[in-house]
Amino acid sequence: MIETRGLRKSFRSRAGRETKTVDAVRGVNLEVAEGEIFGFLGPNGAGKTTTLRMLATLIEPDGGEATIAGADLRKDPAEVRRRIGYVAQGGSTWDESTAREELVLQARLYGISKAEAHQRAVRALEAFQLSEYADRKCKTYSGGQRRRVEIALGIIHEPKIVFLDEPTTGLDPQSRAHMWDEIRRLRAEGMTVFITTHYLDEADALCDRIAIMDHGEVVAEGTPAELKREISGEVVLVGLDATATPRAAELLDTEAYVHKLETADEGGLRLYVDEGATAIPQILRRLDGAGLDLGSIELHRPSLDDVFLTKTGRSLRES
Amino acid sequence: MKLARDTWLIFQRQIQLLLRNPVWVFVGVFQPVMYLLLFAPLLKPALRASSQAEAYKIFVPGLLVLLAIFGGLFQGFGLIAELRAGVIERSRVTPVSRLALLLGRSLRDVVSLVVQAIIITLLALLFDLRVFIGYLLLAYLMLALIALMTSAVSYGVALKVKSEDALAPLMNTVAQPVLLLSGILLPLTFAPGWLQGVAKWNPFSWAVEGTRALFAGDLSNDRVWQGLTIIAVLAVAGVVWAARQFARSVR
Ligand SMILES: Nc1ncnc2c1ncn2[C@@H]1O[C@H](COP(=O)(O)OP(=O)(O)O)[C@@H](O)[C@H]1O
Ligand SMILES: [Mg+2]
Repeated sequence: MIETRGLRKSFRSRAGRETKTVDAVRGVNLEVAEGEIFGFLGPNGAGKTTTLRMLATLIEPDGGEATIAGADLRKDPAEVRRRIGYVAQGGSTWDESTAREELVLQARLYGISKAEAHQRAVRALEAFQLSEYADRKCKTYSGGQRRRVEIALGIIHEPKIVFLDEPTTGLDPQSRAHMWDEIRRLRAEGMTVFITTHYLDEADALCDRIAIMDHGEVVAEGTPAELKREISGEVVLVGLDATATPRAAELLDTEAYVHKLETADEGGLRLYVDEGATAIPQILRRLDGAGLDLGSIELHRPSLDDVFLTKTGRSLRES
Repeated sequence: MKLARDTWLIFQRQIQLLLRNPVWVFVGVFQPVMYLLLFAPLLKPALRASSQAEAYKIFVPGLLVLLAIFGGLFQGFGLIAELRAGVIERSRVTPVSRLALLLGRSLRDVVSLVVQAIIITLLALLFDLRVFIGYLLLAYLMLALIALMTSAVSYGVALKVKSEDALAPLMNTVAQPVLLLSGILLPLTFAPGWLQGVAKWNPFSWAVEGTRALFAGDLSNDRVWQGLTIIAVLAVAGVVWAARQFARSVR
């Protein structure tokens, strides 16, 4: 659905007399498949918005190519515009207009007839549970309501792909959960959704595949599960009392699925395995067979933050 | 066709918002009305006009041109608010014509200027101003072209500087000398030679003289077609330039 090769963008900004060049995006290669929720995860300033704005034809790339829904970004930006929807990070509604007016206008800007635009507005208002406020001015909406209007605006022309720049930033937990449902609904309707986020849990729970971005570059790409597996596998924590620990260590060290075994300071063992789900039953059987009493067993899965840490040397929470 | 349709869409939206808050049209007309009521009466003796109506024939056209210039130049502020709200960016991801994004807005400005001009003309009628309707319509055309040009330029500059803080001083710096060198408040016939020479380079002084000739019923005066032509050419140039700013990347 989207394919980019070597997408680049630099900005020149002036601070006093000096001109500084910021390489906001430096050679991004991406492939986004049809019908998936693809996530761009990265800290502020990573270049997510800049990449999205290039893909949405709002700024011209300094270099690189992209094909979006079959249209060439450089040769045919007009066609790209017809096939995509874009919802900006900072909002896009006018205080004094109502949601219905905005939706009708937006549809008409895409060349849709007046009657059809009104019907689509009604459908969109219903789908996003906005009918109740449809004729109130946008300035009276809550953050979550306004965000839903903006997303409805972005897809009023039924694009194949929609770009959502930080759709849940600034929303309270409940509105966020609501927004996730809306985004999943878009996928269910067959749309390809490209979101950016700096929330780890959002990338993890919502996205089918993610690309981690840092300093204008994609440092890792894959499904959240793949990425997490890739870095260190999983860790099984086995709780044993101190006397049983050496014997258990001896037994488990020879097992093929255990990559590495450490004795934890507080007693018990730390086992590095590929997949905890299959390793745990085997561990249980082994220890049980030897007549060792097991206190507890715990599976620690690496988080996306661990992935980010491995790839960039920093934690996303701190950056 | 698409251009006309898109322009109409943008225009309709802008007019709808304007009508929701029509107070701005009247705020805009308040200052010129004050001039008309409180300043113009000084003019009969000052200009040594034979009657009050004579004085108004000289003053009202200048006042209207002034209104068109300033009304247009300050429209950029509204655009910066739209820019900040993300409305412009939202329009720019659609296939809408970039020229229409400009024209729709400028046409709203032209319409509101014409409404204001009509209000002022009607008031001036109370002071015995009399103008032949055909000439008045030509004068309105001149005003419309001026407003089209100044609002387009204002939008273009707004898209370039992107902040009110930069726009306000810029517009004032440009507007003040333009105003003083156009003979708007008093005809430049009173000016010393050097000032008249400088003013010749100010397109608005031609527009003012043309509009005065129309109010005086002097259609054969060369300043009429000269003023209209100069302003029309500048309006087209301003529109083309500003539409380019809409097409370029804006944040
Ligand atoms: N219009 C611009 N002019 C100058 N610098 C910019 C502009 N837009 C973005 N940048 C810079 O490019 C970098 C990437 O920004 P952005 O794409 O907005 O990151 P993100 O969306 O991941 O937070 C930042 O350093 C930012 O300051
Ligand atoms: Mg961003």
